[in-house]
Amino acid sequence: MQTQSFPSLSEAETADLRAVAGVAIPADVGFGVPAADDPTILADILATLGRDTGDVRAALAELSVLAKGPFANLDNDQRDEIATAYLAGSGVPARTLGRVMLQAYYRDDRVVRSLGLEPRPPFPKGHTLEQGDWSLLDPVRARPKLWRDAP
Amino acid sequence: MRKNEMVDVLIVGSGASGAAVAWSLAETKMKILCLEQGDWMKQAEFPSTGRDWEARRYGDFAIFPNTRARDTDYPINDDASPMKIACFNAVGGGTVMFTAHWPRMHPSDFRVRSLDGIADDWPIDYKTLEPFFEENDRMMGISGLAGDPAYPPRHPPMPPLPLGKTGTRYAKAMNKLGWHWWPSDAAIATTEYDGRAACINLGHCTPGCAQGAKASTDITYWPQAIRAGVELRPRCRVREIVTNADGMASGAIYYDADGEECFQPAEMVILAANGIGTPRLLLNSVSERFPNGLANSSGLVGKNLMLHPWPMIQGYVDEQVDGDRAPMLSLWSKEFYETDPNRDFLRGYTLQFSRGTGVVNEAITSAAAGQIPWGKAHHRAYRERVYHRLQIGVACDDLPEEHNRIVLDPVLKDSHGIPAAKIEYEISENTRRMMEHGIARCEEILTAAGAKHIYCSRTALNSPGHLLGTARMGTDPARSVVNSWGRSHDVKNLFIVDGSVFVTGGGVNPTSTIQAVALYIADQIKQRLATLFD
Repeated sequence: MQTQSFPSLSEAETADLRAVAGVAIPADVGFGVPAADDPTILADILATLGRDTGDVRAALAELSVLAKGPFANLDNDQRDEIATAYLAGSGVPARTLGRVMLQAYYRDDRVVRSLGLEPRPPFPKGHTLEQGDWSLLDPVRARPKLWRDAP
Repeated sequence: MRKNEMVDVLIVGSGASGAAVAWSLAETKMKILCLEQGDWMKQAEFPSTGRDWEARRYGDFAIFPNTRARDTDYPINDDASPMKIACFNAVGGGTVMFTAHWPRMHPSDFRVRSLDGIADDWPIDYKTLEPFFEENDRMMGISGLAGDPAYPPRHPPMPPLPLGKTGTRYAKAMNKLGWHWWPSDAAIATTEYDGRAACINLGHCTPGCAQGAKASTDITYWPQAIRAGVELRPRCRVREIVTNADGMASGAIYYDADGEECFQPAEMVILAANGIGTPRLLLNSVSERFPNGLANSSGLVGKNLMLHPWPMIQGYVDEQVDGDRAPMLSLWSKEFYETDPNRDFLRGYTLQFSRGTGVVNEAITSAAAGQIPWGKAHHRAYRERVYHRLQIGVACDDLPEEHNRIVLDPVLKDSHGIPAAKIEYEISENTRRMMEHGIARCEEILTAAGAKHIYCSRTALNSPGHLLGTARMGTDPARSVVNSWGRSHDVKNLFIVDGSVFVTGGGVNPTSTIQAVALYIADQIKQRLATLFD
């Protein structure tokens, strides 16, 4: 596998990303989850941007245009209004920015545990799948053949 | 250019069909070489071994080569197609990166012209392929349940995947509606089988099975073929097939792992590079004698591309279901598979019932679809959905049309400078009506299952990576590229064994049929060895 290196975000871009993450997926005391600008989650987002760096950088630039300046300089209400509308759009940069935040957020141990799940990869433990009631097939078994004979 | 030692049989591509044909021909004791542009994959490195397993499906294990962009991938220009091209380049090819759904084509799929008055009949039929379907099921190791009234009798060697919570929910809904359903045949071991471990429900079958329960050909056919003497050379990308003064294939020019240009002479060439790779290679094999590409006197190389438009309909129920804690496959329904004159379209579709999706993918796909908001309302909406999803795919029959095709892109090239494939594809009106019929039925099923928030995207269609029809089989050299046993009409020592030879595509995942056809062609080659090139 070819390895590629990607330039990391600038300090200003990182500040904007933190500001977007904080309003896109805010903390929720009721569910016991942090916001996506939590230091651990933000560090994961930044560390795994990889091939998405270009699109994320483009998204942050588009947000700066909408904010008429650095996005991080906005107050929380303005951030919320602009970021949630922007992320709901269908452009590739917006979709990519949304995805990189979600994929880091929903693998955070605290978030995974809040869903009642064990924070681990599927392998090697796997999961248990119940067999189910095969008698449900009885009416289907009783049907005549469905396929067509072919000449 | 380095010239290698002559072989009897050169196979290009090691995926579903290349592996099957290599194994079958090994008993002839001919000197057989397979060139594969990808690598051997390592199960320990598959996504399900790490915490980033879902994220990697958007990166180095994406189904789309353009997204994945490994150095073993080649780019494809699919801008002019609503269906994007999915494929994988590795030993095992697309079987490494497939979901292991294992329906066969139906008897009627081989007689579309005779039965429905459209498209063409195949020159072979289901009965001819039946022993090869059975042999392939044993070689790949298939799980399933005999007795399905939608098919002639089949004999899967292992029991089916469990129904689970999701399957049970679907089954009750289908019984309420009185519609056919059956546990899907799957290329997944449900017991230990021929050295493979049984499935432990890792859930992420598509981007490689770390358990080795999924039947990719790198762990099924290839170990046996290699033990029988076949040589498999990975990281070798074929540029063109070369012909001699007699118009016969003399071998192939390829780039090895170090990028060196090599000539591999061969008595016989077999193409198994999938429905995009094979026509691309033929169109790139231009010579004075074959100015429009090799084996292309009919002008049909690259045409009649079939991709299986595949809407996905989802809804959410009030209990937690299996999601990604089991193979995605669950049930199939053939209730609407055969042509019904009362409908406004010909042919039909399979319904493929999925168990749902995972924690990360639920968030990403539902946010992208506008089903989960950003901001303060995010958490509640997400938690109503995660592990509550039912999802049904409509696998539409996709009839051959010459304007659906691949051509060589005038600009785009791969990393070796070989012209890339460009896809020109439109969904037909017949298929659009079929899709709408299927979507409406899925909405009925999901409603019967108690689902809410039912949703279907008609623009972001699932792209299943079924690449068919671009070097079709037939008896008339003016209307087909290969004959009824896979030999080129134009070049008598050139064979094609992959999905390119399909005359029609059916409404099913094609791998089972691709491999049955490959085994059938290999059997024909063995039976005709004395007169093979006459």
